[in-house]
Amino acid sequence: MSGAHWLRSYAHLDSAIHRAPASVKLLATLVVVTGIALIPVEHAIWTAPVFVAALLCARAAGVPLRAVLARLAIVQPFVLSVAALALFQGRGLDVCAAIALKTTTCVAAVQLLAHTTPFSEILRALDLAHVPRALVATLALLHRYLYVVADESSRMKRARAARTWRTDRWTTWRSLSSVIAVSFVRSVARAERIAAAIRARGGS
Amino acid sequence: MHIPDGLLSVPVLLGGAALSAVAVGTACARERQRLSAQGASTLGVTAAFIFAAQMLNFPVAGGTSGHLVGGVLAAVLVGPYAAVVVMTAVLVLQCLVFGDGGLLALGANVLNMAVVHPLVGFAFYRAVAGRGGPSGVRGIAGVAFGSWVATVVAAAACAGELTLSGIAAPSVVLPAMVGVHAAIGLGEALIAALVVATVVRLRPELLRRARPRVGSSVLSGALLGLTASFALALFVSPFACTWPDGLERVVERFGIDPSRARLPLPAPLRGYVMPGLGASWLGTSVAALAGTAIVFVACLGIGRILTPKRVRPIATDAEASRS
Repeated sequence: MSGAHWLRSYAHLDSAIHRAPASVKLLATLVVVTGIALIPVEHAIWTAPVFVAALLCARAAGVPLRAVLARLAIVQPFVLSVAALALFQGRGLDVCAAIALKTTTCVAAVQLLAHTTPFSEILRALDLAHVPRALVATLALLHRYLYVVADESSRMKRARAARTWRTDRWTTWRSLSSVIAVSFVRSVARAERIAAAIRARGGS
Repeated sequence: MHIPDGLLSVPVLLGGAALSAVAVGTACARERQRLSAQGASTLGVTAAFIFAAQMLNFPVAGGTSGHLVGGVLAAVLVGPYAAVVVMTAVLVLQCLVFGDGGLLALGANVLNMAVVHPLVGFAFYRAVAGRGGPSGVRGIAGVAFGSWVATVVAAAACAGELTLSGIAAPSVVLPAMVGVHAAIGLGEALIAALVVATVVRLRPELLRRARPRVGSSVLSGALLGLTASFALALFVSPFACTWPDGLERVVERFGIDPSRARLPLPAPLRGYVMPGLGASWLGTSVAALAGTAIVFVACLGIGRILTPKRVRPIATDAEASRS
């Protein structure tokens, strides 16, 4: 999970699926995913139409299929290693494939939700669902500053790589750890500035 | 360790969601007094920091790389309850914005990585660090040992959920997950210790808030660690003894003669069995205990290496001439 392409979201696009209420999309995804979880492994082939439907919906919403497939590929190591456990128990290749298909379909459904729902809408839905304010406020600020902090730490990593001539593993670990540590120190300073800005605008 | 949807059964999903809802609700209630502008911004920006830290990949071996989970690091930097809120926010965002980890499995993922990881790790950190906080040999060693134990216990919880869902037999998934994460946890331990040691050097005052209130000795930390590993080993060992069965079946299916398989290096505790104790549960437990003790000693070593040396006052000319 590295690189800017992983952070790319298509939730800002405009389509009928994007405009649908976030709470409806959240509930629909939960229903689909629960349904797939309830399907026994021997009938997993019935999840294939759901997988195709999720991809078609993504296409209809203007989300590039390549983006969805790239993220599906990222989760495959975990999915395949769990599916491979079925082989170790002598349950056969069909059970292994069924587990992988069920899981990949669920991941595609969650991808569709993620790519077609602006995060501000999700926050509103969570607030309506009485999720604790501390968590909603943390989520809002996390989404606001995520890209800022991620950009800053990748800049620091690049700068440190440019200054560090040695490439042995211990030096790399030390320098990356100090990038994380400095990122934390800067985060605390940033939190103080944000708090001052909130207070200056009449917040408490 | 992000479990996607479709793997866990509905009772396990509901159980995980209920347990994490209680834990996160309690943590949010504890953090309610911090819902001032300062408190909310600290939680939000710390969550962004943990997210960014998870994106930095560390080279491991053979072209592979690993990254931090950061639960124990967050607990040491901002306190255990705040860490639960911060890690939950990170997991929710990873699921709903990036589609990483299942929506229905969010409860189980929150339980493993946002509740078990920071809280178990912080308990061990506190037991080892004592009154001194994160600075000092014991503090850094506590961060390292807490991170290692947290990673292993979170992996065991993940394996337990997969087992209860009937996706894999405990004899396969438990030793595999615990074994792999005992190695991954060493990386987590080293990174977390390096980060905390650097923060201690740069801005020690930032860590004062998360200082533990009650102190205890290194001995009690070691006892806690050894007791936990003994309990884990007792739990794992009945399954671990049957581990080769499944593997042998696969080996036979592919037509490989198991007797021809050789390890590239001689393993000291091969097959989780201590020499002289036989293949009993006791042997497995003692092997796990010995492994934990070795990691604990290694963590003390990391603490000693990473703790900044005290600057000695420069001797005056008179003192220098006297000596």
